[in-house]
Amino acid sequence: MAVNGDSRARWRYMDHILTRPGAYTDPEWGEGIIGTLENAKVLVIGAGGLGCEILKNLALSGFKSIDVIDMDTIDVSNLNRQFLFRQSDVGKPKASVAADFVMKRVPGCKINAHVCKIQDKDEEFYMQFSMVICGLDSIEARRWINALLVGMVDYDNDDSLKPLIDGGTEGFKGQSRVVIPRMTSCIECQLDMHAPRAAVPLCTLATIPRQPQHCIEWAHIIKWEEERKDIQLDTDDPEHITWLYRTALKRAQEFGIQGVTYSMTQGVVKNIIPAIASTNAIIAASCCNEAFKIATSSAPALANTIPEGVDPETYDPDEEFAPAPNNYMLYTGDNSIYTFTFGHKKKPDCPVCGNLPKDLTVPGDQTLQELIESFAERPEAQLKKPSLSTGGKTLFFSSPESLRQQTEGNLRKKMRDLMEDGEEVVVTDPAFPTEFKYTIHLT
Amino acid sequence: MASSQNEVPPPLQDIPTAKEKKYDRQLRLWGAGGQLALEETHILLINNGPGVTGVETLKNLVLPGIGQFSILDSAVVSEADLGVNFFLDDDSLGKFRAEETVKLLQELNPDVKGTAITEPLETWAVKDKIFTPYTLVLIAAPLDPAILATIDKHVQALEIPAFYLHSVGYYSQFSLYLPPAFPIVDTHPDPTSTDDLRLLKPWPALLEFAKQKTASMDKMNGEQFAHIPWIALILHYLQEWQAAHDGKLPTEYKEKTQFRDLVRKGSPSEENFDEACAAVLKTLVPPKPSSKVTEILNAPEAKNLTATSPPFWVIANAIQQFYEKHGELPLPGAVPDLKAQSDTFIQLQNIYKTKAREDCAEVVATVRSLEKNLGRSGKLVIDEKEVENFCKGAAHIHLVRGRPLKIVTPDTVTTFGDRTKYLANELTNPESLSLLYIAFVAWDEYVATHTTSTKEAGSEGLKVPGAGDDYEADAEKLTGISHKIIDSVIKEAGTFVEDPEYSQIKEKVGKICVELARAGGAELHNIASLTGGLVAQEIIKVITKQYVPIDNTCVFDGIASKSYVLRI
Ligand SMILES: [Zn+2]
Repeated sequence: MAVNGDSRARWRYMDHILTRPGAYTDPEWGEGIIGTLENAKVLVIGAGGLGCEILKNLALSGFKSIDVIDMDTIDVSNLNRQFLFRQSDVGKPKASVAADFVMKRVPGCKINAHVCKIQDKDEEFYMQFSMVICGLDSIEARRWINALLVGMVDYDNDDSLKPLIDGGTEGFKGQSRVVIPRMTSCIECQLDMHAPRAAVPLCTLATIPRQPQHCIEWAHIIKWEEERKDIQLDTDDPEHITWLYRTALKRAQEFGIQGVTYSMTQGVVKNIIPAIASTNAIIAASCCNEAFKIATSSAPALANTIPEGVDPETYDPDEEFAPAPNNYMLYTGDNSIYTFTFGHKKKPDCPVCGNLPKDLTVPGDQTLQELIESFAERPEAQLKKPSLSTGGKTLFFSSPESLRQQTEGNLRKKMRDLMEDGEEVVVTDPAFPTEFKYTIHLT
Repeated sequence: MASSQNEVPPPLQDIPTAKEKKYDRQLRLWGAGGQLALEETHILLINNGPGVTGVETLKNLVLPGIGQFSILDSAVVSEADLGVNFFLDDDSLGKFRAEETVKLLQELNPDVKGTAITEPLETWAVKDKIFTPYTLVLIAAPLDPAILATIDKHVQALEIPAFYLHSVGYYSQFSLYLPPAFPIVDTHPDPTSTDDLRLLKPWPALLEFAKQKTASMDKMNGEQFAHIPWIALILHYLQEWQAAHDGKLPTEYKEKTQFRDLVRKGSPSEENFDEACAAVLKTLVPPKPSSKVTEILNAPEAKNLTATSPPFWVIANAIQQFYEKHGELPLPGAVPDLKAQSDTFIQLQNIYKTKAREDCAEVVATVRSLEKNLGRSGKLVIDEKEVENFCKGAAHIHLVRGRPLKIVTPDTVTTFGDRTKYLANELTNPESLSLLYIAFVAWDEYVATHTTSTKEAGSEGLKVPGAGDDYEADAEKLTGISHKIIDSVIKEAGTFVEDPEYSQIKEKVGKICVELARAGGAELHNIASLTGGLVAQEIIKVITKQYVPIDNTCVFDGIASKSYVLRI
């Protein structure tokens, strides 16, 4: 039976919410809402576990114009949750398979697929969207898009302000959050909520392993370099994993350590995070629910509410002690069901959306090398290839190679000899389209 | 496959099977045992209304590979279904919704078998033994409360877990019926809360180890000194402390901080001393089980064993006997990673493992003697692995006392029996979403009161708030019902809520009722999908008997983006 894709009969349920004023809608609300929803252009970043759900949810929330970016291809281990993919799709690009599936299932919804990295697209590309939804497992990619969207804000152009909705999951846990660039706390402000796991010291791996994971890391980081350095390690190649597994197992046996398995080897070297359909469904739906509320104003969205008990007339979220609007939902499902929805406050010294440099306390006899290494581990920085300069003087360039060589002499110098106490340092990293400013306090 | 010229690649070894590869990301959460339990499951969805939440729930269960599912739904696919249900397409129009959703859900996973039942619910549900094939039942609102009562009777008789789901506009709610005793051993507690090292009650082998490792500490070389395991350090300094304090241990907070200072004096900066200092407050606690665990071990089911008692209760009885004899639970036996030489660490691990094995062996012996005394048949012999697992997790076992689903009666104000006082307290708790729950009860009451005779009309005879044009009138009716329920709860609880709080409660529930009525029974796809995620997650916990399920009602507010769990 043929169906007219534009017919409102299909949207009968949703239209109850879009045509009837609710308890929280504005008195003037209602006019032209459906048109606004249908004309909104949404960008979805990631077509994996969250992305598949997000595309389905947006299509069934009445969005008609969607773009999706993902550079990955489909792997068999995706099939337990990425429900737009079948066994026969293994090896094909995620973005285009997902887009085609949803367009076929929901006529009238147009989805453009981009099989590439987000960094391959320029500002002009991102400017066309009214909002961006992220379903990524990489913190780096999130920080990149966040810095770009914050940097794009032009106060003379309302269209330059693009809400960023971000979801993430791990096992039975997850979070969803809404960023209104420059207005509310951004991904970079919230970076210390996602501290990186502490790495095992190299000397433990090399000389005194105690855990099966230590043996696997030894095979992965040390032994592979020693014995197979001509072969590029491919963590998807079963022969490579088998080699690491056997090497780790042998070492474990030498030290009397139990518990090295193939599955653990794979988990450690690929840094596998457990993932299931249900958590993805919860977080993706939460993100899309916020997108739908932002696009239709049919109910207040996260990051756009006035905290309870605050006078809306005098409320200024930028004031030092004013509460932030709720913009973050933490979810845990392993022990009953628990959500914690709160307002994460914008940080005046955020390197992306703030204008004050961040304070950084550094021992005076620390070398520049040590400081640079510490940037990777500091929860509030997490920069892997930082370049540093101060007051027009370059301290260190991580790339290109020629500049690195010119500046590497500084690495062994003590911080005390390189700068004054209270001096400002500008840090850049090839992974981010922004500068990070720090005020150095020597101790 | 890559291989270099001068070396022969090793043979592929212990490579996961195709199934293990497909399910890798979830096996890391619930293991092969949990997966097997999923594969033995047959879930029945009794679908009503727009019917999206139940289907989204099934999506999240078909993907991880449950054995079977059935959808009972006599509705025919309408155009409105296509705008909200992803598991229907244009070709489905005019066909049975059960058959079409089963077909498209099954495409997600060839390992799963789906069945459609298109018979009307009211003739199907009254059949004899009709629920026997199913291991879990999902019931989507709205339905005639009389039929819900019939279903409820069946699932309670068979002790089949059941969920009753609502998803209306921006709000959702679901309740879980579990059998009166639903125990869980594999609760997967937070790893930071599980260390149980018995440093206040060390046994001889552990003391001997500590003595060896700390003997003539002052004469050690730096390398040796820096690698004394912190467990040995604490035991060493505890003896020093006891010698200075009439043999007493540091038990008060103040004593523990003084003890920490004593340890710190041993070395101001070595990492193993840092670890020891950091562990003082957390590990110097008597190995006393939590009150929850004590309650489970002393539950009537554990005290009054019969020849057919479930293994859980027999083991619980044996563990309680162990506790009474030794004043502590069996040792779990795990040691956290700590700074030490490899062989020292393995030695320490073995000391803990050996003690854990001895403790477990004693519990197994008690279990065997209980089995004999109870006259349990040979078929019911309890697996030693199960006892071992229980011993390891004894401090973190959990018990849900399941309660029946709340079913409303037409034209009658719903009451809450022994939960009234609790609910009255929740009314004035600003964090609680109890008002949203009450509004959903009112919604059910409205449906019950406006239902025409089920015999002739079936579920089509149901009228939900806001289905007609005058949704504002329905909002008022819903608000009126909610206010009656609130007043009755306050009165029955024998409390009093003063103004302005009382008026605020009433105003708040009124807003929720406006939202419920404006939806006119509609599901929003996002809320249905989110709720389907929550329900699927609870189902996985119930089926695998791992992690801790809700007890027993959850509400979700999609406007504030908050959930809340209530015990009704
Ligand atoms: Zn920021």
